[in-house]
Amino acid sequence: MDFLTNPVDAIREWLLGLMANMPAPWPDVIVNLLGVVVVASFGLGLVIILVWVERKVAARFQDRFGPNRVGPYGLFQTVADILKLFTKEDTTPDNADKPVYNLAPILSLFSVLLIWAVIPFSKDWLGTDLNVGVLYIVAVGSLGALAVLMAGWSSNNKFALLGAFRTVAQLVSYEVPLVISILIPVLLARSMGVHAIVDAQDTFFGMFFFMAPIAAVIFFISSIAEVGRTPFDLLEAESEIVAGFHIEYSGAKFAMIFAGEFLHAFTIAVLTATLFFGGWRGPGAEAYPILGWVYFMAKSLGVYLIVSWIRSTLPRIRIDHMLSFNWKYLTPLALATLIVTALLTKILEGQAVWYQSLVMFLSNVVLFLIANEIVKWRESKKPGRQVVGQPRPVARPPAEPAAEAEA
Amino acid sequence: MLDNWLFVGIFVLIGAVFPIAPILMGKFLGPNKPNPIKADTYECGMETVGESWIQFKVQYYIFALAFLIFDVEVVFLFPWAVAFDQLGIFAVVSGITFIIILVDALVYAWRKGALEWA
Repeated sequence: MDFLTNPVDAIREWLLGLMANMPAPWPDVIVNLLGVVVVASFGLGLVIILVWVERKVAARFQDRFGPNRVGPYGLFQTVADILKLFTKEDTTPDNADKPVYNLAPILSLFSVLLIWAVIPFSKDWLGTDLNVGVLYIVAVGSLGALAVLMAGWSSNNKFALLGAFRTVAQLVSYEVPLVISILIPVLLARSMGVHAIVDAQDTFFGMFFFMAPIAAVIFFISSIAEVGRTPFDLLEAESEIVAGFHIEYSGAKFAMIFAGEFLHAFTIAVLTATLFFGGWRGPGAEAYPILGWVYFMAKSLGVYLIVSWIRSTLPRIRIDHMLSFNWKYLTPLALATLIVTALLTKILEGQAVWYQSLVMFLSNVVLFLIANEIVKWRESKKPGRQVVGQPRPVARPPAEPAAEAEA
Repeated sequence: MLDNWLFVGIFVLIGAVFPIAPILMGKFLGPNKPNPIKADTYECGMETVGESWIQFKVQYYIFALAFLIFDVEVVFLFPWAVAFDQLGIFAVVSGITFIIILVDALVYAWRKGALEWA
């Protein structure tokens, strides 16, 4: 029963016991190596299931079935797709910048995999407890933007380059509200470590979603834009710029970029669940760590389904609207929320958790309503557009006097 | 505390191997018959005209600059947020003044038209 409730610790103790005779650094290195392999394989194995989930969910939103031929309920469709992608030819465009061209897909998946090193799956089940976990996540996540620019630049293709420029403009712009809204859970938990942020969310009303709902929503929206999902997927929309920065990639390299993008989408769901919804917290999670893992996966999948829902519902946003939404709405709102949260946290220090949550939640609601009013006021100052249904001048033949008909 | 980074160090090595392995597998499993038409630049079936490395629009540079300013601001605010418990109300107000100075910078950029796409 002990093994079932906490298999990770049981295996770790057994391995350390086996290696008790080795010289000093090796047991640690080997246990860490196995941990790395487990976490990275978990991440990549998750991609296979996620592609299936995404296709089925998107299909159901569009009133159709989705893959259901290959394997029971279409579960092996992704395996078939991966086999197809690996057996395709690996063409390289002539005059492409070869080292950069080859490195870009590797860096794209690398940057997403590295985020999984600091995420706590359950109490004490985490890769490593860095005390600067959140800063590490932001730093490593930004490598993806570099990979995009490398892919676009080295492809020797005007459209790949244009797509890469626009992608990087979007990714870099949406990092600003992302980083500001990540600062708010750091403020509330007084620590940058992800483990400490989850630890600080002990009660149900202590979840940072209740203390800072605007921060949660801004983080969610900015990370959807960071991944490049609809409604922000201008960069790879087939009707706009046929595949964007990864036009010239085929076969296994494209599979790496594709896998990186899907894993990034799930990673942001995991990060939202961890930072704002309490990660592995839930009834009974401290006593039975495996229950903590179940709560973690359930929360992350819930957020991922919301991401899929948004993708299936909203139309694409044009790039100038997207960037003005970021710089003129999200960034000021995030900064205002930061100021209000910092003030209220200091003033309400030492009060009961539910009281703090209530006051901060109400302050966020007030801030959101004020922001709405400001936006409406700015819209009303703009020159009005033509309203559908207004009477427009219509050409008519000149009226003939009745006397003319007789003469 | 430094031991925690051992995991990250090993992860960097293994995380570099994980994408390289399928790419190498793809090189072995896939056919390899290059011909000049396949290696041509893709432009929806048309011939490309001129060089591929076209002129850079300056607006991208301005967005990157604005991002840099706000990113550095937030990096300065991280220690302020972590040390929040030991700060009195004066330090909180100083931090907020810092943020307001940078909101000023955002308003300036907005009014100057630096945040337009065109």
